[in-house]
Amino acid sequence: MIEYLLSIFQDHTLRTVLLGSGILGITSGILGSFALLRKQSLLGDAISHSALPGIAIAFLITKSSSPIILLSGALIAGWISSICMMSIVRFTKIKYDGALGIILSVFFGLGLVMLSVVQKIPDSRQAGLNKFLFGQAATLLKEDITTMGILSGIALIITFVFWKEFKLLIFNPEFGDSIGLPMKKIDILLTCLIVVAIVVGLQTVGVVLMSAMLIAPASASRQWTNRLEIMIILAGFLGAMSSVTGTLISSKTSNMPTGPIIVLVSFLIFTLSLFFAPKRGIINKLFCTYKNNLKITQNILLTYIYHLCNSKDSVGLTELMKKNPCNSSKKLIKILKQMENSNLLQEHSDKWKLTLKGVKKVRKLQLEGDFYD
Amino acid sequence: MCKKALEVNALTTAYNNNPVLWDINVDVPEGIIMGIIGPNGAGKSTFIKSILGLVKPVAGSTKIYGKPYKSIRKKIAYVPQKESVDWDFPTTVLDVVMMGLYGNIGWIKRPGKKEKQLALDALEKLGMKEYCNRQINKLSGGQQQRTFLARALVQDADLYLMDEPFQGVDALTEKVIMNLIKDLKNKGKTIIAVHHNLETVLEYFDWIMMLNVKCIAIGPCKEVFTGENLAKTYSSSQAPYQSFVVKKDRSIYKSSILRGEKI
Amino acid sequence: MISPQFEIQLIAILTSLACTLAGTFLVLRKMAMMSDAISHSILVGIAIAFLYTKNIHSPLLIIAATLTGLLTVVLVEILKNTNLVSEDSAIGLVFTSLFSIGVIIISKYARNVHIDTDAVLLGEIAFAPFRRFYIGNIDLGPKSLYIMATILLVNIVFISLFYKELKIATFDPSLAFVLGITPSAIHYGLMAIVSITAIGAFDTVGSILVVALMVVPPLTAYLLTDKLKIMIPLSAILGILAGVLGYRAAQLLDVSISGSMATVSGIMFLFAFIISPQKGIGAAFRRYKKTKTSF
Repeated sequence: MIEYLLSIFQDHTLRTVLLGSGILGITSGILGSFALLRKQSLLGDAISHSALPGIAIAFLITKSSSPIILLSGALIAGWISSICMMSIVRFTKIKYDGALGIILSVFFGLGLVMLSVVQKIPDSRQAGLNKFLFGQAATLLKEDITTMGILSGIALIITFVFWKEFKLLIFNPEFGDSIGLPMKKIDILLTCLIVVAIVVGLQTVGVVLMSAMLIAPASASRQWTNRLEIMIILAGFLGAMSSVTGTLISSKTSNMPTGPIIVLVSFLIFTLSLFFAPKRGIINKLFCTYKNNLKITQNILLTYIYHLCNSKDSVGLTELMKKNPCNSSKKLIKILKQMENSNLLQEHSDKWKLTLKGVKKVRKLQLEGDFYD
Repeated sequence: MCKKALEVNALTTAYNNNPVLWDINVDVPEGIIMGIIGPNGAGKSTFIKSILGLVKPVAGSTKIYGKPYKSIRKKIAYVPQKESVDWDFPTTVLDVVMMGLYGNIGWIKRPGKKEKQLALDALEKLGMKEYCNRQINKLSGGQQQRTFLARALVQDADLYLMDEPFQGVDALTEKVIMNLIKDLKNKGKTIIAVHHNLETVLEYFDWIMMLNVKCIAIGPCKEVFTGENLAKTYSSSQAPYQSFVVKKDRSIYKSSILRGEKI
Repeated sequence: MISPQFEIQLIAILTSLACTLAGTFLVLRKMAMMSDAISHSILVGIAIAFLYTKNIHSPLLIIAATLTGLLTVVLVEILKNTNLVSEDSAIGLVFTSLFSIGVIIISKYARNVHIDTDAVLLGEIAFAPFRRFYIGNIDLGPKSLYIMATILLVNIVFISLFYKELKIATFDPSLAFVLGITPSAIHYGLMAIVSITAIGAFDTVGSILVVALMVVPPLTAYLLTDKLKIMIPLSAILGILAGVLGYRAAQLLDVSISGSMATVSGIMFLFAFIISPQKGIGAAFRRYKKTKTSF
């Protein structure tokens, strides 16, 4: 095991790539959380696709495929597309999903046009462009990492500085307006940061899959906590874990593109979180719901028998069927028997009455007006 | 001899393990106008939705005119809250009203002249006939509500379930709607409406059901609509969620649950 | 002899018609991004079917792809119903995962085949005339033509038969449920249509143009009219214009045909955005001035 870790650290290319993936994971996890809470999860999808014309035009203008140039092109295109999106939602009756679809397809279409122009140019440097379509973490160079690192660093610092304002933006923008904060500008700032996160990740996972990195780690971390601070930090951590694991797996397997593996790892983490998270997780929920529903039905029946027993000594099955909250007599009998086992009821020749314990329980329920014990 | 329009037995509904309706047992006779009142989150809309099968209860059952809901569908008309639809949908008032007849027409077949006439008649009763070709995104709140009522009217049902029909409408519309409801009652129909304005309860309704997760009281207004019952209904004026959610600070959970969102 | 250019434009017209028809109800249901999701996720269905039959022209691919499209919708619904993720997160999670599986399968096992992910995304309608449809020895024209024509027919039949059901299931699903019209059946039916259309079209025009055609012309029509009966044919016309003008522009400028079509549809949308009566920017601006002057 130790040798394996050492071998990773000694492999220079792998080290670079892992660092890049890690940065991607952290940034997209953190900024993805904001997008998620604002119901803007698919924004990543739209902006990733919109980046394409920016990249192509940047290349055409500067004839250079240096990552800084291309990323700047992507940033500008991403920024323009998010403005277009906001305008569509603001000025027309078209809703958010429609605006996303329009921007995504039109900008990407424009990008394809630009790309075909680029491909006519007999210039070998255009090979770098393909990285942006599908991502190839394995070809990340030191300069790429540096650029990614700087951009992410700036984004994270800004996030930290504007933490309170972003929190307000997510939960209660009107209040922010009322106390004089420039909520619109903060909105634009957050969107810009999300664009940066996307652009940073494009080289690693590519256009189509970048949206997954904004959604999966954030959705996964959401299942574990209700506290914003913890959710965001956990999302960053889960994002980094997915990227790093995915990169390692893809480096050890032949013919395996990095992007899809990272996405699948993050989806796996999400699914595990969905099922196994305490309190919110599905397994826990199913169990609790079942238990609660059982309790509810028991309490209803118990209270009913209590009232009936005021005028009679014990209650027969046919009486109970009239009330029957279970909609099936087999289920009713099962629940009655369960209550008998817990010593809440006594049965005598097919008639039921409350035990002392049962009476105490009903009285307690009525007193506290409580629905559960 | 009074038939029972609605029989509810032990109806219990929970959302996310929080009870919204608890052990509701009511019998509503036919031929009356009944209002349902209670604080926010008390389960009033959920009550109607549970009857219609739009929400699945944890326990209990309902019967309408003695039969389970599915077999007597054609005798029930539902008027949802007008906020529940997107009024930007490209259609006309007449078209919306005719939608009420889609259940009768059946799959695939087109609505014909007969349906169109029925729709126009319903619109006339609500004073909306001249708006029949207007696009629905140009309607005021009152006009929207009247369109929905025409849609219910056209179904010629026996039981009408309305969710906040007087919410956000002008005074004229309120009068028109109330006249319609009284008219229906005179024809022997039964109307149950979720209501929010306590001042008009005695004027509008024969019976009142006071709901706050449990059924606090139900019966003729004169007997049941008392100060004591009102106090009991509105005493825990916060949404019941507050009492049943663990009292830790849950920043994301609380604010969005109260807004009814899922994240 | 019919020229390939004519055939290409004919295919483009048929594709636009099929896409805009399916897309109109999709956008009215506020599920525009489902077109993106389905057109990406069908890759995995095609990949698996291809692994099985090793024949890229096998009809099994179309069936597998349709099933995958439906699977996407089902998975999204399941995730939504857990109440633990929002709808757009669910869509994003499902289609990216499925697409990833597809890419992995192709990269590992089908490297050298015509299906490569470029083609899935980008498509190349220019190749369509070269894949012809033969009965016996008679060349009946490009295969895509017949495929798209059939799909278009299916779409037209579905929309006409279930027109009122689609209307009510979109406008007021609770009422539909209460009236006994099952909105979920309509939902899945529409999604099946969207899947089939996406498959038929992706081979010729690629996933992104499928999204463009399903979403942009209908939304452009949505800005220009208030009546559903006009919106549907209007979006069809806009779709055809995008197809034909896009193709001509691509020929003229020697650029990507799909990209050009998508861009043209975008330009048309921009026009509608500005000039739309009461809904566009121009109108909002005019209203603002009017209130200012009357004040």
